[in-house]
Amino acid sequence: MSEQNHPLKARLRRAERMRQVKAFGLIAPLLGFLLISFVVPIASMMMRAVHDTELSSVWPEVTAAIPSWRDRKALPDEAVFAALAHDIKASHKDRTLSTAARRLNYDLRNGRSLVFSTARALPETAERWTDAVIAANGRWADPETWGAVYRASGPVTGFFLLAALDRNRTATGRIVVAPPDEALFLDVLKRTFVVGLAVTLICLALGYPVAYLLATLPPDRGNLLMILVLLPFWTSLLVRTAAWVVVLQEHGLVNNALIWLGIIEKPMRLIYNQVGVYVAMTHILLPFMILPLYSVMKAIPPTYVRAARSLGAAPATAFLRIYVPQTLPGIGAGGILVFIMAIGYYITPALVGGAGDQLISYFIAYYTSSSVNWGLASALGAVLLAATMILYAVYNRLVGAGGIKLG
Amino acid sequence: MTDSAAPASDVLVRFSGVRKTYDGETLVVKDLNLDIHRGEFLTLLGPSGSGKTTSLMMLAGFEVPTDGEIELAGRSIRNVPPHQRGIGMVFQNYALFPHMTIEENVAFPLMVRGMDRGARSAKAREALSMVKLEDLWRRRPGQLSGGQQQRVALARALVFEPQLVLMDEPLGALDKQLREHMQIEIKHLHQSLGVTVVYVTHDQTEALTMSDRIAVFDDGVIRQLDTPHGLYEEPQNAFVADFIGENNMLAGTVEEMLENGLCRVALADGRHVTARAVNVTAAGQPTRLSMRPEKVHVEDYGPQHVNRLIGTVKETIYHGDHTRLRLAVAGNPEFTVKMRFRPNRPRPEVGERVAVAFAAEDCRALDAPAEDES
Repeated sequence: MSEQNHPLKARLRRAERMRQVKAFGLIAPLLGFLLISFVVPIASMMMRAVHDTELSSVWPEVTAAIPSWRDRKALPDEAVFAALAHDIKASHKDRTLSTAARRLNYDLRNGRSLVFSTARALPETAERWTDAVIAANGRWADPETWGAVYRASGPVTGFFLLAALDRNRTATGRIVVAPPDEALFLDVLKRTFVVGLAVTLICLALGYPVAYLLATLPPDRGNLLMILVLLPFWTSLLVRTAAWVVVLQEHGLVNNALIWLGIIEKPMRLIYNQVGVYVAMTHILLPFMILPLYSVMKAIPPTYVRAARSLGAAPATAFLRIYVPQTLPGIGAGGILVFIMAIGYYITPALVGGAGDQLISYFIAYYTSSSVNWGLASALGAVLLAATMILYAVYNRLVGAGGIKLG
Repeated sequence: MTDSAAPASDVLVRFSGVRKTYDGETLVVKDLNLDIHRGEFLTLLGPSGSGKTTSLMMLAGFEVPTDGEIELAGRSIRNVPPHQRGIGMVFQNYALFPHMTIEENVAFPLMVRGMDRGARSAKAREALSMVKLEDLWRRRPGQLSGGQQQRVALARALVFEPQLVLMDEPLGALDKQLREHMQIEIKHLHQSLGVTVVYVTHDQTEALTMSDRIAVFDDGVIRQLDTPHGLYEEPQNAFVADFIGENNMLAGTVEEMLENGLCRVALADGRHVTARAVNVTAAGQPTRLSMRPEKVHVEDYGPQHVNRLIGTVKETIYHGDHTRLRLAVAGNPEFTVKMRFRPNRPRPEVGERVAVAFAAEDCRALDAPAEDES
């Protein structure tokens, strides 16, 4: 028996293994693609948010020496000053001083001019580097200046993440709120979530009746209407956004029509402000609300509402107590989809919004491409990701993952 | 047969001259006149597309009659919306609300009637214990078997004590054994509660088992409205004879009308049969003769079995207590006879020619199929 059983089991295992290998082979290309194009970039961005070697790459001596600075209320000792002086002179010669200057400028007001003026004024040799450096620029006598150097010494830093939340660290390591004229990102984050939430609610209010109509119409007319819903997908996002500029601008279709009808006398400001952002984003995201709602509604047989009616429920009661609760999975899926897409929106607010209507993605793009502050860009990205995940977790607790139904 | 004699106060539902068309061309329900009595169990029986479900939906208020009037307890319900008709309804797919517990489902009709939480909970539990499901009140519909779900649907339709309960093929989705069990259970509920039930089914066994009266629908009209016994023993037309139970049909022509409601019919092969004239009135009319398989005797007949024919045995099927014979008789190759088991009685062999006999009373001369000979 057992001699016969063993080859049988082995055969079974081999057959199973072949199946698994085949199955893996089928998904391997996609898996590889996702790894390279999605997981790795996100992971490396997250790393950049906390990884900081900019200063240590050009000022190796002072970044190595500064951990010996213990009493943060006093100045560091002579060795650290000497290392700084040596680094400044070396990097001045290598023309890498601007890297250090840029990094310190993130943290210190006028950090850039501080570095350059120190480099220019520093003597070739000195009796005591502490005096010489302070003579070159008096700000080195302030422990807060050294605090900035310490925070930039790497390799791991919370500086960017704190900055993304409008927080600073003092030389002694205390976390303080940034002064109001420097605080920016919490407002942007709040605006991002308010816009995201508002767009989601508008999409729900506009999309629910359409989805209901789609789901209850006979198939032939339903399909026609469905094509109309999907039509915007056939045009590029940029074209659709630009079309809203044409429609909403000062002498655009809407304003001209309203003036012609005599409803208003002067053109209203409909674009490059919040109105433009809400209109364009709602238009673009509406199908993402309608489709999940439609797929859920399509699966609800009409007998439920009929049963409720026959049991004595008025039409409105039957709709609210029986129909709407059964569409909650669709509302959840559509809502999450639209909300997450909305808070990541960049191009639409950039084109139809004003300066004060930009969402967090705009700043991520700005710090990535314009000011090349990848640390801050990554930190903003990390904050957005974290906030999204927290919201999703909350949603998950309230509705349950099973409450999402996309198709 | 029995409805026209009932006093008017006894009538709960009255359809008068009701017609329904969806497309403006074909009538799904043609001139429906039907009185449903208080407390009776009435079944609308018929093949699909015969208009029985449409009639039920018009009564429930989900369809509007194109013509005619429906009265409930003496008042027209033309302008009464479904939720104000006070009619309980049980659907084929149960239609239990999936997002509510069993108790909430059963309490729903009470909730929409404004009963307070404690009272409706108690009442819902009571209704659940009536269908023997009091322990499952906390569950959700998805966690129940089909039979349990159907009982919950029953409890929900009965909990607000409606005067009328409609059931639209409620047992269609259950397996045979459970279906038979539920038939008896529904019948007992009906008897103990005294509620009026209008039941739609296409299953004639179900209709015969449960009903006080059955309305047999075909092509938008009621072909016969009668008790189960009346329908089975005395079908009034060829459709009912064919639809209810098994029947042997023989085509023929009326040759002579006799006394006592009998007639003499010539069969296709020239033989003659004496039959009860049910809807033939004069000599020369084409007719169809109908005989139940258990009323036909083979080689074992007495003097009362006046009609005697010759058949050729095509097939014998042993059923234990009886044997079914398939014979070719007078041009009908599917003539079936139930032969009761007798010891020492040889079974006819296939190909054997046997004598077939039946009484005039058991042979009904019905309407000949009109244009549709399908």
